[in-house]
Amino acid sequence: MILPWLLFLPFIGGLLCWQAERAGVAPRPIRWIALLTMVAVLVLSLWLWVTGDYQLGTTVGSEPDWQLQFRLPWIDRFGITFHLALDGLSLIMVALTGFLGVLAVLCSWQEIDTRIGFFHLNLLWIIGGVVGVFLAIDLFLFFFFWEMMLVPMYFLIALWGHSSQGKSPVHAAIKFFIYTQASGLLMLVSILGLVFVHYSQTGTFTFDYSVLREAPISGVFSWVLMLGFFIAFAVKLPVVPLHGWLPDAHAQAPTAGSVDLAGILLKTAAYGMLRFALPLFPETSQAFAPFAMALGLIGIFYGAVLAFAQSDMKRLIACSSISHMGFVLIGIYSGTVLALQGVIVQMVAHAFSAAGLFILSGQIYERLKTRDMRELGGLFGRMGALPGFALAFVVASLGMPGTGNFIGEFLILFGAFSVVPWVVVIASIGLVLAAVYSLYLMHRVYWGPPASETSLGGLDTREYLMMLLVLGLSLLLGFYPQLVLDVSHAAMSEVNHWFVASTSSPLSS
Amino acid sequence: MNLTTSHLIALLPLLIVSATVIVVMLGVAWQRHHFLSATLTVIGLNAALVSLLATLTVTPIQVTPLLAFDNYSVLFMALALIAALACTTLAHAYLEGFDDRREEYYMLLLCSVLGAMTLVASRHMTALFIGLELMSVPLYGMAAYAYRNRVSLEAGLKYMVLSAAASAFLLFGMALLYAESGTLEFAGIGASMNQGGHDLWLLAGIGMMVIALGFKLSLVPFHLWTPDVYEGAPAPMSAFLATVSKLAVFALLIRLFETAPVTGNDVLHTVIAVIAFASMIVGNLLALRQNNIKRLLGYSSIAHLGYLLTALVASNSLAVETVGVYMVTYVLTTLGTFGVVALVSSPYSGVDAADMSHYRGLFWRRPYLAAVMTVMMLSLAGIPMTAGFIGKFYALAVGVQSGLWWLVAGIVVGSAIGLYYYLRVMVGLYLHEGEQSRRDATDDWGQRSGGVMVLLLAIAVLVLGVYPQPMIALIDAATMATG
Repeated sequence: MILPWLLFLPFIGGLLCWQAERAGVAPRPIRWIALLTMVAVLVLSLWLWVTGDYQLGTTVGSEPDWQLQFRLPWIDRFGITFHLALDGLSLIMVALTGFLGVLAVLCSWQEIDTRIGFFHLNLLWIIGGVVGVFLAIDLFLFFFFWEMMLVPMYFLIALWGHSSQGKSPVHAAIKFFIYTQASGLLMLVSILGLVFVHYSQTGTFTFDYSVLREAPISGVFSWVLMLGFFIAFAVKLPVVPLHGWLPDAHAQAPTAGSVDLAGILLKTAAYGMLRFALPLFPETSQAFAPFAMALGLIGIFYGAVLAFAQSDMKRLIACSSISHMGFVLIGIYSGTVLALQGVIVQMVAHAFSAAGLFILSGQIYERLKTRDMRELGGLFGRMGALPGFALAFVVASLGMPGTGNFIGEFLILFGAFSVVPWVVVIASIGLVLAAVYSLYLMHRVYWGPPASETSLGGLDTREYLMMLLVLGLSLLLGFYPQLVLDVSHAAMSEVNHWFVASTSSPLSS
Repeated sequence: MNLTTSHLIALLPLLIVSATVIVVMLGVAWQRHHFLSATLTVIGLNAALVSLLATLTVTPIQVTPLLAFDNYSVLFMALALIAALACTTLAHAYLEGFDDRREEYYMLLLCSVLGAMTLVASRHMTALFIGLELMSVPLYGMAAYAYRNRVSLEAGLKYMVLSAAASAFLLFGMALLYAESGTLEFAGIGASMNQGGHDLWLLAGIGMMVIALGFKLSLVPFHLWTPDVYEGAPAPMSAFLATVSKLAVFALLIRLFETAPVTGNDVLHTVIAVIAFASMIVGNLLALRQNNIKRLLGYSSIAHLGYLLTALVASNSLAVETVGVYMVTYVLTTLGTFGVVALVSSPYSGVDAADMSHYRGLFWRRPYLAAVMTVMMLSLAGIPMTAGFIGKFYALAVGVQSGLWWLVAGIVVGSAIGLYYYLRVMVGLYLHEGEQSRRDATDDWGQRSGGVMVLLLAIAVLVLGVYPQPMIALIDAATMATG
């Protein structure tokens, strides 16, 4: 029963916040309701982390080795079940979601001062939807949450966003929604295609992951279906030709929205690839891998160049996400256990560093009412501890040893080298570019001649503790990644098994 | 043939509605009383709805050569009655402020429902024509009900002239079919089509009928009247037009095509597929630049019927079920949307409040009304957790099952375009109020029956979106008795 609680807590908390506002409760208790809800989700997932044993299950059978399952019949007509399941991969993502949820609530403590109940309704429902994505194992249910989380995100950007470069946040929100929803429908078509292939062979409808995974399809049709999934995930990740929504959405979202977007929404795409695109279509994915990796390479460089050209601080960080996700894409499609493990670490580490940077730029915006780097400069020494934290997150973002990002990128490149050495060689050059734009950000915002000498007010206790926590976790991941690697190992071996088995022994198993 | 008791039981819903028309008419002749007329109408419609349960005990049954009562027709009759009930409720609130004769509206509405019910049950061209005209003729009157208002009069006239043209096509088509097959029963026509022979005339006949029905369903390229009529007609009448008349005609179309299959014919098959695709794309594209919500809904209905036509093109094992599910979700959603428009425009005072600016910031004045509108917009856009998603899921499923990739692509592209304008309406509800003068629902809208009704619709849309299994089971049972 712990899985449905994990899923429904944010929804319930969100409704409570909204109703509390309608009942005329003061803002502060509403924020506390939201915070406690998120803490509860985090604690639940950490409890699962501590009590569960995720290292077992190295024997890869036809039935995935779930730690916990929850299954209810839902729509019998199509054999759709309300099926939640948890393994190491979902656990890491859910815990990350809980943690970033806490951060998102905390960082809007002062930023959001209008319609607070409704804001937290949306914020918590995003988290609920994302948890649903990470736990759902029925394809219909997965799609259900995948699309559902877009609506609150849309509201979050449209109603609490900032105008930037003369564009209203509504514009960015609609762009975000259309990109992701349209690509989502492609995935729905693919899911239906898969289901009907299975139906025509067996005469039963099912949307169950472990059953459909066995459905043998090949040829052009499997390419089409695989691309349906891939495009849906590629938009969210984002992969370069499909990234158009991301800088706008990030630049105009409120801080909490950016934290959620970069921290967890992008990760749902990588999760989707690991959980669905690869195991469902191992052979076509294998054949598609060179293209995917090429797209990843383009993403690394294009994202970096794009980041360098931005003048808006948040847009810069957003574009850097494109670059980082390029590494993730390469890692996923190289398919070795080492690279896949690196992908997990990279995702977690990127969530920390991007969230940290977004929160910091939000704090600068609260104080200076601008994020334009041409108007900033010389902030070092004027804002208490903030620039120090900024430096730490910037070096984390460029992959300095000691931070989780280093481990992630290192493992991805190391793991992929045995499969695609040249891709790795080229991708490594991207690391240099990361250093360039990261230091450029640091330089333009914090160093240089200060606009004035007056102090702008440092971090208060809430902000300070928040940043310290994120930084601490980032360093912990950098020095002791085994914490995460142990949990994800079984799940990643399984992905690797599906992926590699398709080429080495196509007829056995 | 002799009518037995079971035949009469099957006819009971039709008889009850007919009786209600007469009672309301006599009531008006005796004394004009708005509330009384509305109440009598509601009682009559409810009684007819209950009597459908009795009908279910004798289905499937054929009553005279004209009508067939099977579970399929009962389902769509029930849907038509429910939609009519909702429209009555809306109309009552709306007409309260109407400074002219208000009572006749209910007679028109009842006549029209009677026509819709006949249409749904017809298995013979005669019943088809009687039903269609009985349904359409009162609609002219309803659309032009606020005839002192130019746009309303225009809507009524436009609808009448074009409807008459469509009826001419329909009759011509029937005549051709009769000339070739010598029968007016759907099944007989189907049988003679299977024999082949003078294929061309049969085809022309069916083609003419498709044009006429396509006009009623406002499919591209017969859609030109739709936005004007939707905009001009008073909101409760637009709601009626968008739900009852559409669902009855579509139900008939499916029955016609299931009993007299033309899907084997490549030309007609292709034509219908092209109509479906064009409706999806054109409807959505034209809706993009609308600022009037009623016009926007007119265009969006074109697109939705295009999605629904996929089921007709596919004609596979899922088709009838898809039509049932999609129609239920579409009717609920459309009623809710027009319901909100009608409530904001109630009581009547000239042109309806349908401009988007009227809805700006509605959430901060009327949170529940705006929440209802939000749910309806999401449902029209087909977002999960709303009934509209289940409908879209079915439309895609039926397309994928038959491998109609072009139509599936049309649905995907159409939905993506559609999102833009649905979201535009939706986000406006939450923005801060502009400077424009605004209209608003009366303060006690929530207590009024109309307010309760739209709230119930919104709840129904959400519940069906999250747990559609009962609805699917119900529709699964609504099988059609062909032949």
